Amino acid sequence: MTRAIEVENLTMTYGTLRAVDDVSLSVEQGEFVGILGPNGAGKTTTLETIEGLRRPDRGSVTVLGQPVWPRNAGLLPRIGVQLQASSFFERLTAREQMHTFAALYGVRTSVADDWLERVGLVDKADTRVEDLSGGQTQRLSIASALVHDPELVFLDEPTAALDPQARRNLWDLLSGLNDSGRTVVLTTHYMDEAEVLCDRVAIMDSGRILQFDSPSALIRRLDAPARITVAPGQLQLDEARRIDGVDEAAEGSDGVVLVTRQPTVVVSRLAETDQLDGVRVQTGTLEDVFLDLTGREYRA
Amino acid sequence: MTSPSAFTALSLAILKGFVRDKTSVFFAVIFPLMFLVLFGGLFSDQDQSKVELIQVGGVALVDGLPDDAREAFDETFEVERSDDLDAAIAEVRKGDADVALEQQGDQLVAHYTQTEQVKAAITQGALRAFVDGANVAQLSAESGQPPTFTLETERVEDESLTTIQFVTPGLLGWAVAMSAAFGAAATLQGWRQSKLLRRLQLAPVSTRTVVGARVTVTVAIALAQLAIFIGLGAAAFGLTLTGSWWMSIPLLVVGTLCFMALGLLAGAVTTTVEGAVNAANFVVLPMAFLSGSFFPLDATPGWLQAISNALPLKHLNEAMMDVMVRGEGPSSALVPMGILAAFALVVTLVAARLFRWETS
Ligand SMILES: Nc1ncnc2c1ncn2[C@@H]1O[C@H](COP(=O)(O)OP(=O)(O)O)[C@@H](O)[C@H]1O
Ligand SMILES: [Mg+2]
Repeated sequence: MTRAIEVENLTMTYGTLRAVDDVSLSVEQGEFVGILGPNGAGKTTTLETIEGLRRPDRGSVTVLGQPVWPRNAGLLPRIGVQLQASSFFERLTAREQMHTFAALYGVRTSVADDWLERVGLVDKADTRVEDLSGGQTQRLSIASALVHDPELVFLDEPTAALDPQARRNLWDLLSGLNDSGRTVVLTTHYMDEAEVLCDRVAIMDSGRILQFDSPSALIRRLDAPARITVAPGQLQLDEARRIDGVDEAAEGSDGVVLVTRQPTVVVSRLAETDQLDGVRVQTGTLEDVFLDLTGREYRA
Repeated sequence: MTSPSAFTALSLAILKGFVRDKTSVFFAVIFPLMFLVLFGGLFSDQDQSKVELIQVGGVALVDGLPDDAREAFDETFEVERSDDLDAAIAEVRKGDADVALEQQGDQLVAHYTQTEQVKAAITQGALRAFVDGANVAQLSAESGQPPTFTLETERVEDESLTTIQFVTPGLLGWAVAMSAAFGAAATLQGWRQSKLLRRLQLAPVSTRTVVGARVTVTVAIALAQLAIFIGLGAAAFGLTLTGSWWMSIPLLVVGTLCFMALGLLAGAVTTTVEGAVNAANFVVLPMAFLSGSFFPLDATPGWLQAISNALPLKHLNEAMMDVMVRGEGPSSALVPMGILAAFALVVTLVAARLFRWETS
């Protein structure tokens, strides 16, 4: 099977700035892939080059087995794109936007109406885009990227600038996007989002892709110690230090905190002595992975 | 239901976007119509107003006019009598009267100012005509023969060009220039800002289809402007069109392309929608003044007319005037159309060179 995306040694520069620096990336069909990185990491530039909007300065990009540059008209109906801006026709209603995009792709009007329903915008169908909320705008934007049922979808920060509630609402919609075997590539600067939605995550910073793997593999590879918190009064500090596998123990505000590289061993020992009530286990997060890779805090 | 073609859908989307934008509609239609009403309605009898003439002492020519000539004279001049030459000249200088007339021996002396150029021209022409007429009458009386030549006085301007006739083509040219240039500038900038240009680039439609839809809508708006102007002018202010007025349609089409190109240029060199609209305004408004959209250029200095000849709107206005009200034939519009088309081509090429997909 041909790969959905094959990027080899892609470099993109703006003047003297290397926005994308020797990036290689391949995505299989049916995967849900996230590009995660802080603002300015080069996510949009990478995505837009893969979509065929920018000419690679160096390297090559192949999508669904075909080169994307120069503008490849045969690929356009097969890919769906949501750009990092609400690219709508001014002063048209949600329904009119969908109908216009349907016409651009030669799709039946009823399909456009179905999509409005699927993204939950039926009661906003007659509202002009300027009057939609941020979440509704993003839903419409996603619907218009999908109206022609593309095999490969690119979403550039679909949840940016949304409040946490709207963001979580959108996750439900996003997580269903590749159920039918569709390939999805999304950029985000939210760690939790990448962790929840993506099969594989490419961590990007300063134009480079630092790691590309499943969230759990990234965290596992980090080999960060787990932190086990035991509720106050359950366990004495000196007793805790004697437990096999505990590297460190300290009194915290919500109990004793054990640091260990063998969480399973420690938890089963706590279970034997019936000290499991109120226990909390924290393993590494993508945030720790980022810190480990770049040596600095992650700031979205 | 199957969808309309990409071209139809795009055209509809653009047209709806225009009609729903109150500011655009105001500047494309209402604002120019306000000028039409102002010029056509309020100033409509300005050029019928008489020349105010102060006759100082006895002027044999005027006093001795035969009845029919006297009637013609009174149609042009409003006569007031005075014995004080200095006071009369002072009044002319202040603008309370247009001309002071005295007789010095055999000479008729007219004192007037050039401030009101149209009236000055009428005064000169009419007085000369009356003097010539009197001379002819006297000669024929001396010889006992009826005069071989008779003189009929006529207004110095083109008789058919009442105010509404004169202002409609020029204001229409300005209105079309304004909406075409603003529309193109604002669309280019707006679509660039929202990345809609990029989005369309990723849809399976050709650039030709997108540009074609935008041009079609702008041309349709221009033709609607034409219909509204002619309709209102004819219904309310007695506008009468001459034979080849329909040539104004192809003229407006080519003119629209030309001003769209200017708008594209404004959109290409600016980075915000406001900037683009301001730049278009900065070009169109002075151009309208220098192209005779608001007042005739006949009396302006030569260098100004030379500048105006370099402006596309001047050629559109002149050609529109020729075919709509001056009764010129259809072929009179061909050269101006060629000039407008050449202008459109050159400006489009420049705009295309300066065009950027992104604002940064
Ligand atoms: N059109 C452009 N011209 C110049 N610099 C740009 C342009 N677009 C992006 N950049 C710069 O390139 C870098 C990467 O930007 P971008 O790809 O938008 O990152 P991200 O999407 O991860 O925020 C940033 O430093 C940004 O300022
Ligand atoms: Mg971005």
